[in-house]
Amino acid sequence: MDTIGKLEAKRLEARQGGGQRRIDGQHARGKLTARERLELLLDPGSFEEFDMFVEHRCADFGMTEQKFPGDGVVTGWGTIDGRIVYVFAKDFTVFGGSLSQAHAQKVCKVQDMALRNGAPIIGLMDAGGARIQEGVDSLGGYAEIFQRNVLASGVIPQISVIMGPCAGGDVYSPAMTDFIFMVRDTSYMFVTGPDVVKTVTQEDVSAEQLGGASIHTTKSSIADGAYDNDVETLEQIRRLMDFLPANNREQAPLRPTWDIPDRIEISLDTLVPDNANKPYDMKELILKIADEGDFFEIQEHFAKNIITGFARIDGQSVGIVGNQPMVLAGCLDSDASRKAARFVRFCDCFNIPIVTLVDVPGFLPGTAQEYGGLIKHGAKLLFAYCEATVPKITIITRKAMGGAYVVMASKHLRGDLNFAWPTAGIAVMGAKGAVEIIFRNEIGSPEKIAARTEEYESQFLNPFVAANRGYIDEIIMPHSTRRRIALGLQRLRNKKLENPWKKHANIPL
Amino acid sequence: MFTKILIANRGEIACRVIKTARRMGIKTVAVYSDADAAALHVKMADEALHIGPPPAAESYLLADRIIAAVKQTGAQAVHPGYGFLSENTAFAERLQKEGIAFIGPNVRAIQAMGDKIESKKLAAAAKVNTVPGYLGVIKDTDEAVKISSGIGYPVMLKASAGGGGKGMRIAWNEADVREGFPAATAEAISSFGDDRVFVEKFVTEPRHIEIQVLADKHGNTLYLGERECSIQRRHQKVVEEAPSPFLDEATRKAMGEQSVALCRAVNYESAGTVEFIVDKDRNFYFLEMNTRLQVEHPVTELITGIDLVEQMIRVAAGEKLSITQDDVKLNGWAMESRVYAEDPFRNFLPSIGRLVRYQPPAESVQDGVTVRNDTGVFEGAEISMYYDPMIAKLCTHAPTRIEAIVAMNDALDAFHIRGIQHNVPFVAAVMEHPRFREGRLTTAFIAEEWPEGFHGTDLSPEVKRDLAALTAFIYLQQGVRAGEITGQIKRGYQNIRSRAWVITLDGVNYPGDAVLAEGGCLVTFDGASKPCRVITNWTPVQPVMRATVDGRKMIVQIDRQASYRLLTHRGATVKGIMRSERAAQLFALMPEKIAPDLSKFLLCPMPGLVVSIAVEVGQEIKAGETLAIVEAMKMQNILRAESDGVVSAIKVKAGDSLAVDQVILEFE
Repeated sequence: MDTIGKLEAKRLEARQGGGQRRIDGQHARGKLTARERLELLLDPGSFEEFDMFVEHRCADFGMTEQKFPGDGVVTGWGTIDGRIVYVFAKDFTVFGGSLSQAHAQKVCKVQDMALRNGAPIIGLMDAGGARIQEGVDSLGGYAEIFQRNVLASGVIPQISVIMGPCAGGDVYSPAMTDFIFMVRDTSYMFVTGPDVVKTVTQEDVSAEQLGGASIHTTKSSIADGAYDNDVETLEQIRRLMDFLPANNREQAPLRPTWDIPDRIEISLDTLVPDNANKPYDMKELILKIADEGDFFEIQEHFAKNIITGFARIDGQSVGIVGNQPMVLAGCLDSDASRKAARFVRFCDCFNIPIVTLVDVPGFLPGTAQEYGGLIKHGAKLLFAYCEATVPKITIITRKAMGGAYVVMASKHLRGDLNFAWPTAGIAVMGAKGAVEIIFRNEIGSPEKIAARTEEYESQFLNPFVAANRGYIDEIIMPHSTRRRIALGLQRLRNKKLENPWKKHANIPL
Repeated sequence: MFTKILIANRGEIACRVIKTARRMGIKTVAVYSDADAAALHVKMADEALHIGPPPAAESYLLADRIIAAVKQTGAQAVHPGYGFLSENTAFAERLQKEGIAFIGPNVRAIQAMGDKIESKKLAAAAKVNTVPGYLGVIKDTDEAVKISSGIGYPVMLKASAGGGGKGMRIAWNEADVREGFPAATAEAISSFGDDRVFVEKFVTEPRHIEIQVLADKHGNTLYLGERECSIQRRHQKVVEEAPSPFLDEATRKAMGEQSVALCRAVNYESAGTVEFIVDKDRNFYFLEMNTRLQVEHPVTELITGIDLVEQMIRVAAGEKLSITQDDVKLNGWAMESRVYAEDPFRNFLPSIGRLVRYQPPAESVQDGVTVRNDTGVFEGAEISMYYDPMIAKLCTHAPTRIEAIVAMNDALDAFHIRGIQHNVPFVAAVMEHPRFREGRLTTAFIAEEWPEGFHGTDLSPEVKRDLAALTAFIYLQQGVRAGEITGQIKRGYQNIRSRAWVITLDGVNYPGDAVLAEGGCLVTFDGASKPCRVITNWTPVQPVMRATVDGRKMIVQIDRQASYRLLTHRGATVKGIMRSERAAQLFALMPEKIAPDLSKFLLCPMPGLVVSIAVEVGQEIKAGETLAIVEAMKMQNILRAESDGVVSAIKVKAGDSLAVDQVILEFE
């Protein structure tokens, strides 16, 4: 009886984290506590906590006087819409969430369990970095976590949510997970903070300017998305998890839909404008083919010339990659290539079929791009598509030019179904450029060039040449795109394709 | 009777004429510019001919091209619709010479009525009441000022050849005349190729009421009652109705008879409209006569049961009218809302682009209520900058005025348009307005009721509660479905076992208990004695939810956003979300986001071309001062300073083409 009473008392104490004053402080900063966050992330009542009573073992700097059960991180498992996930949430109210050896061991334990049991792991970050008092034990703790991140990479989905400070050693675990999400205005992440920056480079910069959500979602591309506050962020993580399988041995989940697979969208027949230089919004196509118009976009505000994100078609999770003609004419540049490459590889890891929507005039020319390493960045996307063994369905809506045609999940890269709209034009380059090269000797005569341009356009800027050679499986009407993809996904459900055994490939990083 | 006619127009009116022609067994020919190659009227017609590039002056206004098209297709007659060549004397003359029938009045009538000055003289001679004014040609601004002072302010400056609000200006004093006369002259040239502008007395508290007339070539002339078109915004009609809630039988008869007298004076034939201005004492004055089919003709058709296009075709073919004045009976009430591609929240600036979604309410005749929608566009069509921004005319007809208004509200609620901005929220607000419902209208109604512009509608607490109940349904339905995902540790796990919820609409909480129930859900708001019952068969695939909440009919448009739903009803859009009681408690701890301060910027309110920038960096500006001029849809829009300040940066230059919300200027 005494033990049970003691247990209750200890539990109560543990749930208090760093105490009411610190909890109030956390709230005053517009943030929730670790346990409140887990309550929102997980199905009500589903959270089971581990290691609630773990305490640090540091005896230096008077640390024996300061002990809190849990030691700054809450770990355990629970469910999201009935599916298991492992979680750890940094408790900023205890030692500012700083990482001690005991703290690291708790995180490692759930990492091990998640990997062994094949379930995703979600980390909620809100911490001040290493626990300086613990010295190298703390550093070693980080290393243990990093090692587990890498072993789990590609086996189970790993999601990081930055909900407060995340600096120094703390940034590298999120950096090696699959997705990072941030909370606007209350979270930031950087390797070295504003104070150090000031000392070393004389730069005067705020935490927000250095590593806030606004920077990481638009400039650095570190974060895959950001939301207004803790509650909305966690609601969106729940939404994301419904698209992902538990591990790399499972198929992506199916969720019933009220939408019918053969819904036709007549308005798509007029999506591509008559004028080949006029942009249109590729997102309209995505929203009109997705179940119930539901699309979870990844890196919405970075490299907007390519769109990446998750949707469902006839209940089946798919990853969508689409060139966006509204931005840079949908050109591939270094940023877009990296963004899409990482997304394609994620989908391939986790058995999520890839639907690629192509309208690409080519790679972006210029010194900025070439100096920036466009060749190797472009190669990343090419590599990712070549390597992918999941079902790959490609729709060419308009332009598919030159090397970019090849890169964008072409038939030649083991594309399963390659469709083209009647408006598609697949060629080495656009008419003007091509004519000026092929008929260089006629350049003095505008009439001849005009005639040649017309000739080139009618002969090459159509889907028939490619269809003729079998590089396009079928020319489809835009209005039937959803039906075609849904049908394709059904037929490809049992696709089996394996790459040769290797330790790992050597993607051009 | 003709076997084939050509419609020298585009958009909804071309489609509307084609419908009647088809019913009469007459083949139709459409004409189109490059911008209209895929337009609805082209698809609907039996034949279609290309007549030129997008600008109307190079296509729809070219008589030669139209006549060539008539000859090429062997059409026997031309219906001009409204606008374009419909009141062009030269065109009517050319047709006459070529032996092609013009489905409209004779040349002389067009000529006489087409000139505003000429028509007033004729009207006065025919003993039709006219407004005091100066009908001569005004040679310059100084003379305009002199004449205006003579008539007494306020005065109206009007293009002689004008119509539709273009080239019209009210001047309250001499300065207004000095500014407005050159502008009106310029607009008159650019819009009508005729620089004559005249001046007349501006009647205060006026209503715009017009009489529909119909005449044949055999001397029979009828009037088909009136239409009230007082709901105008800058002289552009927005809502029309028939009959007028203001006229008594005697005034109606007097106006009708004067209209008929005017028609007789010019041997009018075909359908036409005599426009009057009516003051608060029911004095009416002749304004002008439109010698064509009027945009708002459907309301007359709905209350008389007469197809005006059919009558026009029969008259043009030489038939006698088969009805007499005694046969004309006004039955019930009809309303028309003009649906424009314009942004009511940004001072009604034109909005062009792709109609990503366009699903008008179904046309129907049910329980004595008719819904009619005359449209010229379709989902996936492009609203171009070249033509009138009107995309549809939504009409309802019911036994009484209030029933017609309610039917209009329901129809507007179901009108699903996405991709461009449109005025449906505004029209819905007009329909809900108590003063509109009472019928106390003047042409200044909009300016008086929304003096600061339109900023949205407020829903009543009862309606908001009903929307909260619908939000509950949306989230409960979604919760059940989330329980059907594969890979659950316990099959069928549902996340909605909790029954204590908080529904939030635009930041206002509605706590309660909600549970799915047969055919919908039951929501018991805290403090309510009994649950309210939602019944609906809506699913997230449908853009429009039709439901009842405790028997009250609700038609609501639902838009999915990443972290909430938008519910649009009666012209208002609210953010709706439902959270568990606990989640709502935690949400209450979240800081409110403060929207960025946009007052330091001049943003481009619509896509357009910079005509000029009127200020320089460092310049001090006063509220109301002109900052820049942006051209969109052929209209020059003056962007003025909203408050005093100093210009700190200019981000664009003349000739730049701008997107919505692009920064033009920055202030200190």
